[in-house]
Amino acid sequence: MESQIILKVENLSVKFEEEQVLDNISFSVKKGDIFAVVGPNGAGKTTLFRALFNFIPYKGKIEWQEGIKKSYVPQRLTIDFYFPISVLEFLTLKLKKEDREAIFEVLKNVGFSGDEHHLEKHLLDKKLGSLSGGEFQKILIAFALLDKPDVLLFDEPTSGVDIGSEKTIYHTLADLRKKTGLTVIFISHDIQMVYQYVDSVLCLNKEAVCLGGPSRALSAEILEKLYGKEAGVFAHEHRKF
Amino acid sequence: MEYLSQSSFILSLVVGLLVGAAAGLLGSFMVLKRMSLVGDALTHVALPGVALGLLFGFNPFFGAFGFLALAVLAIWRIGETTRLPTETIVGIFFALSLAVGILLTPELELLEALFGDISKTQIYDGLFAISGSIIVFLVMKKIFKKFMLAVISEDIARSAGVSVDKINLLFLFLVALIVALGVRVVGTLLMGALVIIPAAAAKNFSRTMAGYVFLSIVFGILSVGAGLFLAKILNLPPGPMIVLASVIPFLVSLSAIKR
Repeated sequence: MESQIILKVENLSVKFEEEQVLDNISFSVKKGDIFAVVGPNGAGKTTLFRALFNFIPYKGKIEWQEGIKKSYVPQRLTIDFYFPISVLEFLTLKLKKEDREAIFEVLKNVGFSGDEHHLEKHLLDKKLGSLSGGEFQKILIAFALLDKPDVLLFDEPTSGVDIGSEKTIYHTLADLRKKTGLTVIFISHDIQMVYQYVDSVLCLNKEAVCLGGPSRALSAEILEKLYGKEAGVFAHEHRKF
Repeated sequence: MEYLSQSSFILSLVVGLLVGAAAGLLGSFMVLKRMSLVGDALTHVALPGVALGLLFGFNPFFGAFGFLALAVLAIWRIGETTRLPTETIVGIFFALSLAVGILLTPELELLEALFGDISKTQIYDGLFAISGSIIVFLVMKKIFKKFMLAVISEDIARSAGVSVDKINLLFLFLVALIVALGVRVVGTLLMGALVIIPAAAAKNFSRTMAGYVFLSIVFGILSVGAGLFLAKILNLPPGPMIVLASVIPFLVSLSAIKR
């Protein structure tokens, strides 16, 4: 059976004033896939996401499967420690009214353990700004999942997160896909995680430099082209696994 | 203030408390949006409108609201089309308005325009304050979740289908409304303080959104109430007394924040 295509992008170009930020990008994403967008800083990765959400004007075609519900997890939020909102209040912003059952369900799905009383006391009642980097990212994923989206678009899942939490987050995403059939499209700098967790990868440097399964698409030559010599060496090393 | 009769004191108290409550509510969002200084500067835009009211003998509320609404619309539009930072645009409007306002305001009434004169409160001001603050509370209740989401992350809000630009414009209109109402109470120069200080104090005490907004409203009400009573007892102008009263919870709140 042919997999369903959930997103089809054809000849997508974005220009800011005179600067070409994205040039003639084409790719498609299958339902239930984990799809990564990689590339150096300034390659247009976040711009691509913004175009996919229709936040900015673009040329070309972006076709989402009809009736698809998509959720966005941004790179970071500008809230500080003193921002007065509890985790429960933040999550409730996504819901019509407070629904603890739905909240506990997504919290478990993103990997928070403990009974409801424990979660309430040690997570939901806490200030959002007081969470650790890893907890914060998981809460953002939980927030995105609350209205049961079909696709999660994730801008750098692990920016500002320590290595342990980083693995947990990728693991959580893979686990979610297994459990719910969620499609995940994310931007990443972490090539190792891309090798390990994704089905397809798009390498971006204003134009599409590679596209396909990671072990084939992310060749040493491509990585060197994207990130310089050292990354190329990494790819050779990595293939020994 | 000594000529303020009992009934007009009660009237000014009603107007002041309602404006204080609504200013506390709106201020709580302005502080989170890091619009403290923008909000303060914006309040000065009311001055030319107040001046026209004083010159031609109509209620300064209308002049103030008219100018603020125009300024809000212009600031929003310029921001939309040029992507200049809001604070730059507001800064220019603020300086321009102050200059025009001072030129327009009759010298005798300049102090009243700048610092308010609650003793001149009329029954109409009471009615405006009641309806204005009801509008502010109802609209904020309606847009709370969407607006809060936009305060936390405009991108998340947009991806969830919130028209962030429209909701920001609506919010600025509410600010314009409440600032216009507050012009009578504390004047154009000090109205910014009434919007910002209670919220800034409440933020330091609060862990939850509900607690923060509630406390900000309470501080707004207390500031106006205490300021008006102090002004009456000490026979001093109410505008500055209200602002001084509002600083007290803020100073206390400093001890509540741990580094």
